[in-house]
Amino acid sequence: MSNLLLLIVILINFFTLGSARLVACIRAVAFQGALLALLPLAAHGLSGHALLLGAGALAFKGIFIPWLLLRAIREVRIRREVEPFIGFVPTLVIGALVTAGAFIFSGFLPLAPEHQDGLFVPTALATMASGFLLLITRRKAITQVLGYLMLENGIFVFAVLLSTAIPLMVEAGILLDLLVGVFVMGIVLNQISREFSTLNTERLTALKE
Amino acid sequence: MLLLLILLPLAAALLALILPWHQGRSWLLPVSGGLHLLLAGFLVAAPEAGFGPWIGLDALSRLVLIVTSLLYFGCALYAVGYLDLRRDRGNRVIVPCLLVFLAAMTLAISARHLGLLWMAVEATTIASAPLIYYNRNRLSIEATWKYLLLCSVGIALAMLGMLFVAYAALLGGGVPVNLQFDNLLAGAATLSRPWLHAGFVFLLVGFGTKMGLAPLHSWKPDAYGEAPGMVGALLAGGLTSVAFLAILRALQLMVAAGDGVMARQTLLGMGLLSLLVAAVFMVRQPDIKRLLAYSSVEHMGILAIGVGIGGLATFGAMFHLVNNALTKGCLFLSAGNIQRAYDSKRLSEVHGAIATLPISGTLFMAGFLAITGSPPFGPFMSEFTILRGIFGSGRVGVGLTMLLLLAVVFIGMGATALTATQGEPVKLDTAFKDSLLLVLAPIVFLLLVLILGVYLPAPLENALRDAAALLEVQP
Repeated sequence: MSNLLLLIVILINFFTLGSARLVACIRAVAFQGALLALLPLAAHGLSGHALLLGAGALAFKGIFIPWLLLRAIREVRIRREVEPFIGFVPTLVIGALVTAGAFIFSGFLPLAPEHQDGLFVPTALATMASGFLLLITRRKAITQVLGYLMLENGIFVFAVLLSTAIPLMVEAGILLDLLVGVFVMGIVLNQISREFSTLNTERLTALKE
Repeated sequence: MLLLLILLPLAAALLALILPWHQGRSWLLPVSGGLHLLLAGFLVAAPEAGFGPWIGLDALSRLVLIVTSLLYFGCALYAVGYLDLRRDRGNRVIVPCLLVFLAAMTLAISARHLGLLWMAVEATTIASAPLIYYNRNRLSIEATWKYLLLCSVGIALAMLGMLFVAYAALLGGGVPVNLQFDNLLAGAATLSRPWLHAGFVFLLVGFGTKMGLAPLHSWKPDAYGEAPGMVGALLAGGLTSVAFLAILRALQLMVAAGDGVMARQTLLGMGLLSLLVAAVFMVRQPDIKRLLAYSSVEHMGILAIGVGIGGLATFGAMFHLVNNALTKGCLFLSAGNIQRAYDSKRLSEVHGAIATLPISGTLFMAGFLAITGSPPFGPFMSEFTILRGIFGSGRVGVGLTMLLLLAVVFIGMGATALTATQGEPVKLDTAFKDSLLLVLAPIVFLLLVLILGVYLPAPLENALRDAAALLEVQP
């Protein structure tokens, strides 16, 4: 069950890397977040901790943050589109390479016997790498936020492995930090578009040596 | 008691949100800063603050707490005068954010749980972003965006490092897997090595971004350059010390696990690189605040080198942490005054600061001498101690490299600082005057640094020794 979920998570990575439509990207990352909400339940069964963690992830990663981002792009009126520094096909190829790398690499890692067969570790690494790729290869500030979210999703996958180790209060705090972080980023986005009448971070190059 | 220290600024922040009165809101800062300092002093002086499972103080956090609190109080006092100068900007956002920032830093300092530490450090990033954006122009947006994105991604990596440490505990099987720091320390020997090493590297990268160690420092010149002077002081003296504390936690863990050597080598390498990068970018730097930012990169490098060498140098690094915070306070606040008066921070407009603004100009000049390690100021003593530690441990190459780079920094920083401060007085078209509120805090910081240069009080010496001892191998 959890392996199926994780496979879909990886497919969403590829979809986001290859998609040119911003709204579709936001929806994809939202869907990824919502899927991750099922992960604690799939991995640890029905327990209070898993339920609350899943509910928190669904509310923040699946609903609230994407809603904030969709509202942000509505306000600054951008529909099109993702503008990559490097093309979509090369990004996809690199994405495929790092995903393969993540699988090979996690084969070498010393894992606990019960995690040996699962896809948790490779998926976490692959999702983090894809988020990072999104972050550095896209021009629009909002796509960079999406990259950051995807990176966080990857870390969340790893965190589910250890969710019994981390108290619920800390998990809630982490999710809340993420939410407020994206909220503040949204405000800055708004200011960027007002000040520069574009969301391209290419314009943000006045400060350098 | 400790909880009160965190909740007090939060309560003040709420009060600031609803208070409709500009002056009153500004004065909330020094009032809560003063109370915070009093309480912190009381807690630090108390023989045993006790260790809760979640928050508590040990020798390291006592040191960082008192330094941060002192710096904050000075900056808060300065802020009253500063915000009065900039009434057009208002203080409805900056005051609550400054207070939340204090609460988040206090939480990060006193956290005894790695997850809580992570949360608090991320909260400092979020709370300080609006502070950097205070001037609301294109440059400050750019600086804020870089700061938010780089630090958030950095902190995300630190989170991964934290999870790796948890996995090391899971695989090692020796400790309950709950990220409680004292538990982890006690069972460090049983942690699974590969995961612990990976965890250390990610923690170092993550919190190193926040601390501004090269090559992860690229947000620093922009953020420090564009933020108001007091925010720069708080970031350079307070927040970097907090991030350094987080790195020291990771180091403590490695030392307890018997892997101190690897951790120290890594820190040493990053420290030397930071010094090099800072030295390169300081030469011919045309912007006095960016100059200070590179100086901050430099001093983070010195801290990392001190801890990387160990022994006497660790003691020196602890001492340097205090000196760096206080001197940065003096420098950023006086640079802020100069910027207000000239309405610029670039060398093309700023010259003759001593003749034009006797107090702020002199403070900036003296601060420059102090931070570059000229006697008789405190940083001279601490840098000297670190160097003695380096040569004493037989690392002559490291010591000579450090001396050479410090000399380059002195020359590079001197060229800019002297051009800014020497020369004929300038006719200013701004109404700025050195007022008591705007110069009191930097004067006190400078005096303290001067005192520390000639006399190290016994309680402080003991505190530094205890803090350094936590980083050495424990029986």
